[in-house]
Amino acid sequence: MNLRRDVFQAIADPTRRAILVLVASQSMTAGAIASNFDTARPTVSKHLAILTECELLEQEQNGREVYYHFNAKKMKEIADFIEPFRKFWDDRFNKLESIMSKYKPKK
Amino acid sequence: MERKTKINAEEGKQEILITREFDLPLDLLFRAYVEAEIVEQWMGTKVLKLESKKHGSYQFETTDPQGNKYRFNGVIHDFIADNKITRTFEFESTPLGIQLEFLNFEKVTDDTSRLAMRVIYESVAQRDQQLKMPFAQGLNMAHNRLEEVVSKLK
Repeated sequence: MNLRRDVFQAIADPTRRAILVLVASQSMTAGAIASNFDTARPTVSKHLAILTECELLEQEQNGREVYYHFNAKKMKEIADFIEPFRKFWDDRFNKLESIMSKYKPKK
Repeated sequence: MERKTKINAEEGKQEILITREFDLPLDLLFRAYVEAEIVEQWMGTKVLKLESKKHGSYQFETTDPQGNKYRFNGVIHDFIADNKITRTFEFESTPLGIQLEFLNFEKVTDDTSRLAMRVIYESVAQRDQQLKMPFAQGLNMAHNRLEEVVSKLK
């Protein structure tokens, strides 16, 4: 199993998720992406390489600039991507349930 | 694994339906939405303001592990104890826009209750973005879990 090529591994990293969010709203150059992070430029380049390798990002040459696009199609391929959303709410509601089951009203 | 929480997002619609049954009496479930200190605990957020009443408003602030702060706010349009909350929701400084949320609380038995939450987005595109993006701060949790699972596969 090549984890570097695993899409889920790619989106498990918070910086990479932030990059995806950024690029999903508009296509950007590596420089423009890097300017949004305090992280060193080579680190951002590494993240971009991983995301490109996983096909979550696509590169497009536009004159002298390379633009990164968000590949929504690849995102769709990620198993069932409602699942993370569902899990998010499930975790929250589990927490609510466990807190309230111990709840003692204040008087 | 339990799958108590159900998500229904029909293709081409600009809404998401989230339903869940709780092993809690209705009044306790409702209280979890009303009292600031309880909201803080289960939503993992700081409550800056929460006026649980008709025409009230709320504002939450969440800090992620990297120290980034995210704010959420909305106004409460309708508030009926143990029954219904209708409110708007905005995740500030994101392109997700403003949602309208209908929260319906109902008793199932004396000890169990159900919440149905209908979230309406301004457009289908915005709704899809919400579902598709590894986006909301809370999704971190899901992915962290995934990371754990993946790391065990190594």
